[in-house]
Amino acid sequence: MSGKPYRLAQGGRLIDRSKKVSFTFDGQSMTGFAGDTVASAVLANGQRVFGRSFKYHRPRGVVGLGSEEMNALVGIGEGPRHEPNLRAPQVELHDGLIAQSQNRWPSLNFDIGALNSKLSRFIPGGFYYKTFMWPQAFWKHVYEPMIRRAAGLGKAPAGSDPDTYEHMHAHCDVLVIGAGIAGLAAAEAAQAAGARVIICDETPRFGGVADLSAGTIDGAPQLDWVHTRAKLLAEAGNVHVMTRTTAVGHWHHNHLMLFERVSDHDPEGLARGTPRHRLWKVRAKHVILATGALERPIAFANNDRPGIMLATAARGLVERHGVAPGMKGVVFTNNDDAYLTALSLKRAGVAVAGIIDVRQGTDSAAARDARNAGIEIIPGHAIAGVESGYGGLSLSGVKIAPWRKGQGRVVNESRLACDFIAMSGGFNPVVNLWCHNGGKLTFDSGLQSYRPGKHHDRIQAVGAANGTMDLAAALAEGYAAGEAAVKDGEPKAGRSKAESAPQRPLEPIWFSPATGKYNEGNKHFIDFQNDVTAADLELAQREGYESVEHTKRYTTFGMATDQGKTSNLNGLGVLAEATGKTIPEIGITTFRPPYTPFSFGSIAGSLTKNLFLPVRRTPIFRWHKAQNAVFEPVGQWRRAYTYPRAGEDKHQSINREILAVRNKVGLLDASTLGKIEIKGPDAAEFLDRVYTNMFSTLKVGRCRYGLMMNELGFLIDDGVTVRLGDDHFLMHTTSGGADRIAAWLEEWLQTEWTQYKVFVTPVTEQWAQFAIAGPKAREVLSKLGPDFDISAEGFAHMAMKQGKLGSHPVRIYRISFSGELSYEVATPANLGRGLWDAILSAGAEFGIEAYGTEALHVLRAEKGYIVIGDETDGTVTPGDVGLDGLVSKKKADFIGKRSLEQSFLRSAGRKQLVGLLTEDPKDVLPDGAYAVRAVKDKPPMEMIGQVTSTYYSPTLDHSIAMALIENGRSRMGETLSFPLDDKVVKAKITDPVFYDKEGSRQNV
Amino acid sequence: MKSRYSIFSLARNAMNYHKDWERAWRSPAPKSEYDAVIVGAGGHGLATAYYLAKNHKLANIAVVEKGWLGGGNTGRNTTIIRSNYLQDPSIAIYELARSLYEDLSRDLNFNVMFSPRGVMMLCQTEHEFRAFKRTAHANRLAGLDCRMISAEEVKKIAPIINDDPNCRYPILGAYYQPRGGTGRHDAVAWGYARGADSLGVDIIQNCEVLSIRRDGGKVAGIETSKGFIKTKKIGVVTAGHVSTIVQTAGLRLPIESLCLQALVSEPIKPVLDCVVMANTVHGYLSQSDKGELVVGGGTDPYNNYSQRGSFPALEHTVTALVETFPIISRLRMLRMWGGIVDMTGDRSPIIGKTDVEGLYVNCGWGTGGFKSIPGSGFVFADTIANDRPHPIAEPFGLNRFIEGRLIDESVAAAVAH
Ligand SMILES: Cc1cc2nc3c(=O)[nH]c(=O)nc-3n(C[C@H](O)[C@H](O)[C@H](O)COP(=O)(O)OP(=O)(O)OC[C@H]3O[C@@H](n4cnc5c(N)ncnc54)[C@H](O)[C@@H]3O)c2cc1C
Repeated sequence: MSGKPYRLAQGGRLIDRSKKVSFTFDGQSMTGFAGDTVASAVLANGQRVFGRSFKYHRPRGVVGLGSEEMNALVGIGEGPRHEPNLRAPQVELHDGLIAQSQNRWPSLNFDIGALNSKLSRFIPGGFYYKTFMWPQAFWKHVYEPMIRRAAGLGKAPAGSDPDTYEHMHAHCDVLVIGAGIAGLAAAEAAQAAGARVIICDETPRFGGVADLSAGTIDGAPQLDWVHTRAKLLAEAGNVHVMTRTTAVGHWHHNHLMLFERVSDHDPEGLARGTPRHRLWKVRAKHVILATGALERPIAFANNDRPGIMLATAARGLVERHGVAPGMKGVVFTNNDDAYLTALSLKRAGVAVAGIIDVRQGTDSAAARDARNAGIEIIPGHAIAGVESGYGGLSLSGVKIAPWRKGQGRVVNESRLACDFIAMSGGFNPVVNLWCHNGGKLTFDSGLQSYRPGKHHDRIQAVGAANGTMDLAAALAEGYAAGEAAVKDGEPKAGRSKAESAPQRPLEPIWFSPATGKYNEGNKHFIDFQNDVTAADLELAQREGYESVEHTKRYTTFGMATDQGKTSNLNGLGVLAEATGKTIPEIGITTFRPPYTPFSFGSIAGSLTKNLFLPVRRTPIFRWHKAQNAVFEPVGQWRRAYTYPRAGEDKHQSINREILAVRNKVGLLDASTLGKIEIKGPDAAEFLDRVYTNMFSTLKVGRCRYGLMMNELGFLIDDGVTVRLGDDHFLMHTTSGGADRIAAWLEEWLQTEWTQYKVFVTPVTEQWAQFAIAGPKAREVLSKLGPDFDISAEGFAHMAMKQGKLGSHPVRIYRISFSGELSYEVATPANLGRGLWDAILSAGAEFGIEAYGTEALHVLRAEKGYIVIGDETDGTVTPGDVGLDGLVSKKKADFIGKRSLEQSFLRSAGRKQLVGLLTEDPKDVLPDGAYAVRAVKDKPPMEMIGQVTSTYYSPTLDHSIAMALIENGRSRMGETLSFPLDDKVVKAKITDPVFYDKEGSRQNV
Repeated sequence: MKSRYSIFSLARNAMNYHKDWERAWRSPAPKSEYDAVIVGAGGHGLATAYYLAKNHKLANIAVVEKGWLGGGNTGRNTTIIRSNYLQDPSIAIYELARSLYEDLSRDLNFNVMFSPRGVMMLCQTEHEFRAFKRTAHANRLAGLDCRMISAEEVKKIAPIINDDPNCRYPILGAYYQPRGGTGRHDAVAWGYARGADSLGVDIIQNCEVLSIRRDGGKVAGIETSKGFIKTKKIGVVTAGHVSTIVQTAGLRLPIESLCLQALVSEPIKPVLDCVVMANTVHGYLSQSDKGELVVGGGTDPYNNYSQRGSFPALEHTVTALVETFPIISRLRMLRMWGGIVDMTGDRSPIIGKTDVEGLYVNCGWGTGGFKSIPGSGFVFADTIANDRPHPIAEPFGLNRFIEGRLIDESVAAAVAH
């Protein structure tokens, strides 16, 4: 198809005819000009059909001017850079752009899915609720896959996104959304008063529809004024100007998200590494909504045919891009604005068969201008239907009939030949953002639409967004809002003034009847993309889906990717007429963020791939890595799990490490252990409340193991706390629990015990901390040259020292999680690696070996020590794990104390911690296996408890496990059965302490 | 009885341009007295009414709804249906519900689109892996059809999942319920409403219950925005709003109300044919029949009655899912919303009698009660009709908070839905 005659010989203020741009549409090479959109360029090439609709697969073309477009959705780009469902009028053309139509197979002009259109009589709104119920299994396997393949619009990209995204945070005094006349005036006024202003607009340029509407400012074309204002704002130091930036949502306390398309239009920038999108999180003192208004289509029979578009869209094509919507058109309207489209077309040399105006009479400035231009006006008429051919692919004329409100069907009609229609059913203020955070609306009978009412935030709407359609009034409103947002004061003198001709009021038309009755062969589309017709809406009412929310959900009206931008009001109008109610009585569905869809990539920002929850590493990480350690994630950390040597598998290395600790000495990187400093005059009392046991009696320089419960009496953390000074403690938490516990402590301090003078400071990553454990630990320590007494008497179990090991400053705690003689040495993180290396060389002669987390776990399990999260699962009390002794009987109160009094927590039959020895010593029970009261040949079987930890113990050369078993402590020696998938494992109940029951090894 | 829906009735009505369809439910004015009144026309309330009428032959009953039926959480949720919970009482009620879902479309003669496409709960840390292994052992011994699957199987079932072994949380495997899935939330509410209505239940919409009137230790009726309605039995099933209603009868409930959000993408052609829950990173994903990706995550961290979530909570979820399903990065969010969920301390529901005679509550379903609608309605109807807890409902009575007999599901690797 040739570009001519659709590309007009002249005109198109945005295109640069000296810069040709090549692109493809459905694989076909096309050219356009710099400044084109995909919509204008494809149309200029004579291609009108852009895609197929959702349900009936009807051919569809361009309808809108910008974000309201619901039909011409295209996929842009290829492979991992493909992006589906973009609105063609919003996509800026660039060289090499690849565009694809959607929802058609095998091709745009021949689409198998269009069969649905033939069947449409059998598939009205909500049909799927009434059928596909039989046979049962067919829904999942036959009907549903069929429906899913037919629906769905565009295709997902293939593969991982190669582009980057980022977030910005900004504050401002005044955020102006929309840079049309009203928005620019507001920004100018706020800027002049010294406010920090952000102004953003969804399009690539400022001015809104100033280039498409009537009237002058200060006696000159509106665009002149726009250019001087845009320059002024760009040069002002206190204004941040953003184009291609959509305000997508408004949240509590004027928190807004602005979505900036940084380089979709600029593939070279993208290739240089510019982020594709940027999400601005803006907190504004004051918000001014200048988001304009969107034109409404009109519901007439087959109003979805390609070539039927909004009047503003037709005008935009001609004025901005020098593209004719067709050879000969009609304008169908209920208001004056669309007359401008007729004039534009005429000026550009496109034939206009007439203006069909539903209003009686032609006494208006607009009509005069049209008549003077030689355009025929047909008042008091409406379009009753369109003539089309080739399955709706082409349009050849319209049928028109006298319009009388409330008439059921058309009796006499005449015909006008044309190949396109520019329609206008009036305008809806863009109130979406107004409503996101609870703003109320009021119905404006002049506009026959909703406009902003009350709002509890500091937000104001101006211009068309506020329903102020008159140019002079919109300008004045913009200025006034900009001034009011900054300070209450007199309006400044010398503001610009606008003039425009007065307009005749519009006359609502929600439904234009056809020759037959509603759904009888004709479709009056309300929601084009979702193929919802006026008849569907009425059917929903008839069937009792009366609430507008029911109607919406039953028919899917307003649920397409435009979220009802063009369909909402029209639908309400149809419902009002069908039920004899007023539009406000019908109600309105909720506006939710976002205003237009925006990328998930921009929401994730830079927090993807390597930056998605960055891995935390201890100061010894590189050493572990150099030893080829196997790592395991623990919370956000990566910890060394074991260090296999050449020729060893994981089991062998774990066993070797365990035996090194038991027989010689081992070194563990315990830096990830949670460390929280607790300081203040009430620190001791605070700890008494958060732990089950007593800490106020702890002496300075001593350590104590503590248990923490939640309010329900269940264990949530444990660890050793050290008293550093009278009002100063260091709490150790589990590695995974460090953040959670710090937040928990803060919550209690900030919400319940506000009287306490206590600071809670997480210091986990400030310290490197290592355990030196094993019979030779003291000798290693002594080799390191301590400047303090390390003798058995001078440095007793559960004591703490500060001093130096050689040149290394340390805090050192004599505590043990392995049951061996053990010291935990802490040093500032930046000195950690030096100390680690020093310990290794001091320990070399004693055969020191690094051990990982798995050895650690086996060592503690051999000793029967619990691990929070293994032996506990949020339902386990201290008594359940045999630690009743650590629950203070003396303290007046502590978290969870009351709950421990509850009958069930004290009842017989609770699950208690026990040890298990399998009958076959080599048979290691699986994690989480359940014991049953009696083995049966098939489920269900009654469960009496579960394995909590299970290992192979090289020390004992026997598999060991810990388990929570109903009444476990009174069942010592009993053999339990654990039915697995393929066998039943038997194990004997024992004491959970498998090794060194007397604890003699650590007390040397 | 209503005329039945079928392919034939569709064809017949097509001949007449669909002018003769019956109303799915009536819009009656409230009578002055009912044998029982259900407050709240969410899924649980409507199902309760349906089973009261169907199984217990109570015809003189009403469901009173302050807005439009199904407009609460029932119409806002992400429709995950599964029953592989950890604790025995939970398994019993969720599996009852799931098995009722299997046949619900036929029972109600309304296609609720139950789609047992499989639910996968990813294991992304060793700890999570171990926790799910435990659930798997428990579920196997309880007789549920569930299994652990390997990372390779995960990738086969959900090819768009990130299988980079070097990613932050590599997939180690998943816990899989092949007959879990999704349903169409509105259809569940509508199907039960139509079913109940045709058995004579009055569903009274746009009628807010203002307070419960007591006559000593018994209920006397409800004050509503459409006047007083006398009744001896009241079942309050209003999710996040239950505590404020029973407060008027002098009761306090251990419920907190929080906002839980969900969102959908623009529709795309099918890319995901199962439900994937990624609990370590906090997000889950499925794809609707319309093609939208349906996304959910965690609640806002503060109590709240506004059905608008905060952006940070949503950002957290989306970030997690972009990491887990990298192709969604270039797809776009179409719509987000929030619902007020009723949370108990142990994340299990409250079903049963109260200290006031004739006052029953069914609430606390929190973030996960869509899947339980049929089972909950079934046992709650039985409880109200016989004035004693149905055996499956019994463990969920209010007494458990006094005794400490909690049914803690947050245990199971913090799974929320
Ligand atoms: C975002 C989100 C995602 C979720 N995802 C899932 C999921 O994937 N799977 C799952 O199983 N569950 C999920 N849930 C939870 C599930 O939606 C709820 O547990 C379930 O729908 C609750 O149903 P209901 O009938 O108890 O409450 P609702 O559906 O909320 O019904 C309560 C009704 O009571 C009415 N009401 C309130 N006050 C009054 C009054 N004073 N008088 C009269 N009527 C009143 C309300 O208007 C409402 O209609 C999710 C919830 C949310 C919010």
